[in-house]
Amino acid sequence: MYRLLRPIIIKEFRQIRRDPTSLGMLLVLPTALIIFVGYALNFDVKHVPLVIFDQSKTAESRELLEKFKRTDLFDYKFDVQGYEEIEQLFLHRQATIAVVVPKAYADDVLAGRDVRIQLLVDGSDGNTGGQAVANASRITAEYSTRLAVDAIARMGGRSYIPIDFQPRVWYNPDLLSRQFLVPGLIGFILVLTAVISTSMTVVREKERGTMEQIMVSPLRPIQVIMGKTLPYLLISLLGATAILILGYVLFDIHVRGSLIVLYGGILLIVLGALGQGLLVSTVTDSQQVAFLISVFSSLLPSFLLSGFIFPVSSMPLVLQLLSNLAVNKFFLVVVRGVMLKGVGIDVVWPQFVYMGIFAALMLGISTRRMQKRAA
Amino acid sequence: MHEGSTMKRSLQIIREIIRKEFYQIRQDRRMMMVSIMAPILQVIFLGYAATTDIKYSNMVVCDNDKSVESRALIQRFTNSHYFILRYDVNLPDDVDAYIDGAKASVALIIPSGFGEKILQRRTTPVQMVFDGADANTASILLGYATQIVAAYSQSVLLDTPLMMQKGKPARILPEPRVWYNPDLKSQDFMVPGVVALVLMIITMTLTSLGIVKEKEIGTLEQLLVTPIRPFELLIGKLVPFVIIGAIDMSIVLAIARYWFEVPLLGSLPLLFGLSGLFILTTLGLGLFISTIAKSQQQAMLIAQFFFFMPFMFLSGFAFPIANMPKIIQAFTFVIPLRYFLEIVRGIFLKGAGLHELWPQATALAGIGIVIFSLSVLRFRKTLE
Repeated sequence: MYRLLRPIIIKEFRQIRRDPTSLGMLLVLPTALIIFVGYALNFDVKHVPLVIFDQSKTAESRELLEKFKRTDLFDYKFDVQGYEEIEQLFLHRQATIAVVVPKAYADDVLAGRDVRIQLLVDGSDGNTGGQAVANASRITAEYSTRLAVDAIARMGGRSYIPIDFQPRVWYNPDLLSRQFLVPGLIGFILVLTAVISTSMTVVREKERGTMEQIMVSPLRPIQVIMGKTLPYLLISLLGATAILILGYVLFDIHVRGSLIVLYGGILLIVLGALGQGLLVSTVTDSQQVAFLISVFSSLLPSFLLSGFIFPVSSMPLVLQLLSNLAVNKFFLVVVRGVMLKGVGIDVVWPQFVYMGIFAALMLGISTRRMQKRAA
Repeated sequence: MHEGSTMKRSLQIIREIIRKEFYQIRQDRRMMMVSIMAPILQVIFLGYAATTDIKYSNMVVCDNDKSVESRALIQRFTNSHYFILRYDVNLPDDVDAYIDGAKASVALIIPSGFGEKILQRRTTPVQMVFDGADANTASILLGYATQIVAAYSQSVLLDTPLMMQKGKPARILPEPRVWYNPDLKSQDFMVPGVVALVLMIITMTLTSLGIVKEKEIGTLEQLLVTPIRPFELLIGKLVPFVIIGAIDMSIVLAIARYWFEVPLLGSLPLLFGLSGLFILTTLGLGLFISTIAKSQQQAMLIAQFFFFMPFMFLSGFAFPIANMPKIIQAFTFVIPLRYFLEIVRGIFLKGAGLHELWPQATALAGIGIVIFSLSVLRFRKTLE
């Protein structure tokens, strides 16, 4: 078996070597990307620019607004006298959220009447807007509770807070988005390089007519497939290792769980992605089409559909079902689980099973299609 | 007279090349299918996928009290659209498995004695665990959970007999109002982004690979020995891509407007005009790639790693540019997608006009001119 495989592996490697630019890109670019992403990307929505429109201008309103000025969630930037000014600031993206205190605020508070505080948000960036609203509402609600506590004390009652809320954020207490994105990036890059590099190999041979030559050789389709995938598997494993080391050195992201489980997951996802790439290349006749299909079947789905950035649970049901086709979704659970949470195979085995089935299906179908071609 | 006849000749040649290109494109049925169908499917599916809305996050509850009070607190969570009660466990330690396995994003743990303490007016702890692996979701959920618990605490305080007698203090209620995007649907923000992304990918790929392919096969050299001049060849080759790009552009913009019902507050002609400008820059980039790549594989890798991925991450498509370090923010100024996103989102959501968008339009035009001249120079060099 190996004797037969060797020549085709050697040939594939030789082809890779003959094009050092491509090899360099396959190895260097993923690592460059991780540095970029690690430093550049940030969902952390602290220091959201805040504008205040205080119509009450009383000690009471200042006490409330102090809460907004005193947090690093918001950067208090402007004091305005009207809604038009807020709109101008929003349009020029100088402010994202505005707190508007009504004129009768102090009178209402002193009289014990409920008051509504307007929180105006520039919603054109749904994400930042959503976070800003959640945080501002929370500050207001906490302040309101505080008022009730103080009121009891003033009335001579025993002052206490009914619920001592103890939120704990596991795995990533500072809520750094880097901790969330870098492990995800491993899967993203692995899938892309694997799908793209293999999707081209077979089509290239078809375009040049060398595929027929391989077909008349004594090689069986399965051997051709293996010969075509093994070199890229190796490249992918090297790339993944580089990312892990960089993540540790630059961003202090440790692998809390077992490396063996992690590499097991990497192996499965790469096999699946290589199979997907081969499948693309067996159904297309030109590299152009192969590239388009692989971009649209791997780049965009792994970016948008897999939970890499956007939570799958918030998607419509149909899309949640469809997201199962983005094999990266399962790898993400594994890589985040093992790296951040330190979980073992007892937790992530369902994902392993799925990735295994995916890889077997993809490689199996490509082999079948190859056989048909040979026959 | 002489001038006129050369120009006529040129136009004829260009027309012939365009006809040949279109003939080739028509021959390649799959190519046609992919370049028209793929953008449609991608925009439709991914438009739904790209949502940062946090709704109905799975919650696991460990209610060791099972009292009226504990159920009232849980109900406040489930009434809030943000949390959906998925799992019930009996031991606090049992929640670990759900968070570890990413089955639930939050766990609410109510200790026994909760209801009793609430009634006796004593402080009682309530624990909540957030899955920090998804930092973004966790921080939004943390905000809402804190708000829900604070509101519950407040209602308990306001219920004391003392308050009943002496008059309740005021409640201060947050009243969020979202401008430009009242439902805070990230879809309205994201769909224009997906449109821009898909347009960029399709136009850049078609151009770059289309030209490199001829280089690989050697047909570009054959054209050299004919009396066709480089600029005639270039125009003839680019026009079909411009047309396909324009068709794709109209389709995806229509999907954004009519399928996703993203409100179009600004002017449609302006949107089309500036989208056309954007497509010219992406065609220029595609041409540029084709002049530096030796093979289609190289062209793909270059497109993928030097253009698609950095553009996706750094253009402000999903990650706010304002949050990036200064150096990288400076780098985003050379990314055409960045300007186009601001244009599309501005025209769609804010009704921005040329008055607001001229800096972006100028930047796009500038990048377009630079990249086109650079590619044309390189293209002529490759040919000569």
